[in-house]
Amino acid sequence: MSAIELEEVSREYPGGVRALDGVSVGIGAGERVAIVGPSGSGKTTMLTVMGTLERPSAGEVRFAGRPLRDASDARLAGLRAHRLGFVFQSFHLQDSLSALENVANGMLYTGAPGRERRAAARAALVRVGLEQRISHRPPELSGGERQRVAIARAIAKRPLVVLADEPTGNLDSRAGGDVIELLHGLAGEGATLVLITHDERIASSFPRRLQMRDGRIVADERR
Amino acid sequence: MSAAVRRTGPGAAAPPPASHLAPRELLGSALQGLRGHRLRAALSALGIAIGIGAMVAVVGVSASAQASLLAEIDALGTNLLTVSPGQTFGGQSAALPPASLAMIHHVRAVEDDAAVYQVASAGVYRTPFVPAQETGGIGVDAAGANLPRILQTGLSSGRFLGAVAQRYPEVVLGSEAASSLQIARARDHLLVYLGDTWFSVIGILRPVLIDPGLDADVFISLPVAERVFGIEPNPSEIYVRADVEDVERVSDLLAPTADPQAAEAVQVSRPAEALQARAAAKGQFTTLLLGLGAVALLVGAIGIANIMVISVLERRGEIGLRRALGATRRHIASQFLAEAALLATIGGAGGLLLGAGGPWVYAAVKDEPFVVPAYALLASPAIGLVIGTVAGLYPATRAARLSPTEALRG
Repeated sequence: MSAIELEEVSREYPGGVRALDGVSVGIGAGERVAIVGPSGSGKTTMLTVMGTLERPSAGEVRFAGRPLRDASDARLAGLRAHRLGFVFQSFHLQDSLSALENVANGMLYTGAPGRERRAAARAALVRVGLEQRISHRPPELSGGERQRVAIARAIAKRPLVVLADEPTGNLDSRAGGDVIELLHGLAGEGATLVLITHDERIASSFPRRLQMRDGRIVADERR
Repeated sequence: MSAAVRRTGPGAAAPPPASHLAPRELLGSALQGLRGHRLRAALSALGIAIGIGAMVAVVGVSASAQASLLAEIDALGTNLLTVSPGQTFGGQSAALPPASLAMIHHVRAVEDDAAVYQVASAGVYRTPFVPAQETGGIGVDAAGANLPRILQTGLSSGRFLGAVAQRYPEVVLGSEAASSLQIARARDHLLVYLGDTWFSVIGILRPVLIDPGLDADVFISLPVAERVFGIEPNPSEIYVRADVEDVERVSDLLAPTADPQAAEAVQVSRPAEALQARAAAKGQFTTLLLGLGAVALLVGAIGIANIMVISVLERRGEIGLRRALGATRRHIASQFLAEAALLATIGGAGGLLLGAGGPWVYAAVKDEPFVVPAYALLASPAIGLVIGTVAGLYPATRAARLSPTEALRG
C-alpha cells in the first residue's frame, strides 16, 4: 500500500524559481527513505509538499491513495493532525511548556481530550527514553534531548508518516547518531519515515535513498 | 483518540480525519500563549485597565455625589415653595402685605403654609450685661406653631411655640443660635435676655435643611412680638407646601396672590430646583469625563492591537508549528483573537477594581455613600472583551495568512 505518491509535481515560486520540477515518486507504507542533495536541490520543498504544508503548482499528490488536489485547507489540516508527524531541524518546541505539555500539544488538533493526550504523551516520552525529563522545559534539556522530545511529539499520535527535516542539523555527532537510531527503531514499529539529510553517512543507513539536484530526482537507490 | 491510534494499515477506506479544536482547549491555548509572554501581556492589559478604571472612578464618584444630593432633595420634598419680598420696579425693597398669608392660604392646592416675621430691633443675650452690639449674629423671628412641620424639621430638645407662647415670653432657639448662646438643651427655668425682656427657652430646633439661614435665628410667637416689640405684621418669608401634582400652577399664582398690586415685587422660589440643577450640572460633567475615559480606552485598544501584531511576527515559528500539527487557518486566527480578548477582559476586570478605589476614597473623605453602579460591574469586563476582540481582529487575520513553510523557515 502506498503512503505518499507524487506525480509530475512541480513547485514554482514568484520570480520563476522552480524548487521542484516534474517530480514523480511513490513511497510505500512502512518504508524508510532518505532524501539527499546539495542545498537548493529542492529537498525541503519535497518534504513540505509531501507534508501538505504547501500545494504543488502542478501535478498530483496522493496520500494513502487519496488525491489532495481539491482538498480544502481544513481537510489538509485534519490530515496533518492525525496522520503526519514532523521533526524539524530547529526542534520548534515551546520553551515555556514542559516536555510533557509540548508532546501533548502535538495532538491538540486531533480533538482528543487533555487526559488522553497527556497519557499518550507520557508513553511517547518513555518510548524515546526521556522518562526522567517529563516535567523539564526545553531550556533545561540538551540538544539531543530536545530533539527526542520533538520526535516523541511526532510519534505520540501514531501517524502514518513521519517527515524529518535535517533532524541532526543542530546536534553534535553523538547526539545525532542517537536520534537517527531512534528514528530507525520507531519506523520499524510501523510508521513510514522520510528524512532529509545532507550527511552521506546518515543517508547510507537508510534502505532507500533519493538523490535530488535542481528540483529533480536524479537517483533512487535501494539497498 | 480512537481515530489516531490505529495500525498503519490501509487507511484509504476510512473517512478523512478532521482537524478539531475544542473551545476549552482554545481558552487553554490562549492562556498558554499569554503565559509565555507575561510582562508584555500585563502591560497591554494595564492599558485597558487604566482606561476602564478611569471611567469606573468617574461614574462611581458622580453616582456617590448624586446619591447624596438626591437624598437631600427627597428629604426636602419637591413641593416646597418660598415667597419673599423682592424689589419694586423702582428698585426699592418691597414688603409682603399683611394679608398675603391669608390670601395664600386660600389658594387651591396649597396644603400648608407658614409665615416668618422678622423682629429687626431685638437681639438675644444670655444676660442684660452683654454689650448690645455683640448680637452673635442671632436674629429674632416671630412664627406660628406649624413652622417646624412645614420646614420638615423637629426639635432636638423641648417643644415648639404652643398656646402658652402666644401670651407669655417663650422662645425657641435655632440650632446655631443655641450653640452661639452656649445652650445645649432646653430645660426648666432657662432664660435668655431678648430685647429688654427675659424670655424662657422652651425648645431648640434641629438644623433646617431647606433654609439654613433660619438656624441662626430664635422664634417667638406673633402676638408676643407685636405686643413687646410692636412689629409690623409684614411677613419676611412665607413657606408654602403645595400639592405635589400642582406645584407649577401654585408657583405661578403665589406672587399675584401675595401682592396683587405689585406682583413683580414678590419673589417665589423652589429650593428643590436649585439642588436638582446642581445634580444635573454634575451629570453633564460626568459625561465629559466619560468621554475622556473613552479616549483612554481607544488608546489602550490600539496598544493591544499593536502588541498583538508584533507578537504575531515574533511567533511565526509557533504559527508554522501549529499549522504543521494540524491547525487550520481559522484555528490560528481564533487563538490570537482569544488571546487579545482574554487580555482585554482581564484588563477590564482589573480596571474595575482600580476604578472602584476612586469612589471608595471619595466616599470616605466626603462622608457620602460609596456607590458603584451595578452596570459598571458587568460592563467593565464586557467592554474589555469587546475591545480585545476588535483589537485582535487584524493581528489574527495576519497570523492566519502566514504560510506554514515561511513561518517554519523563519
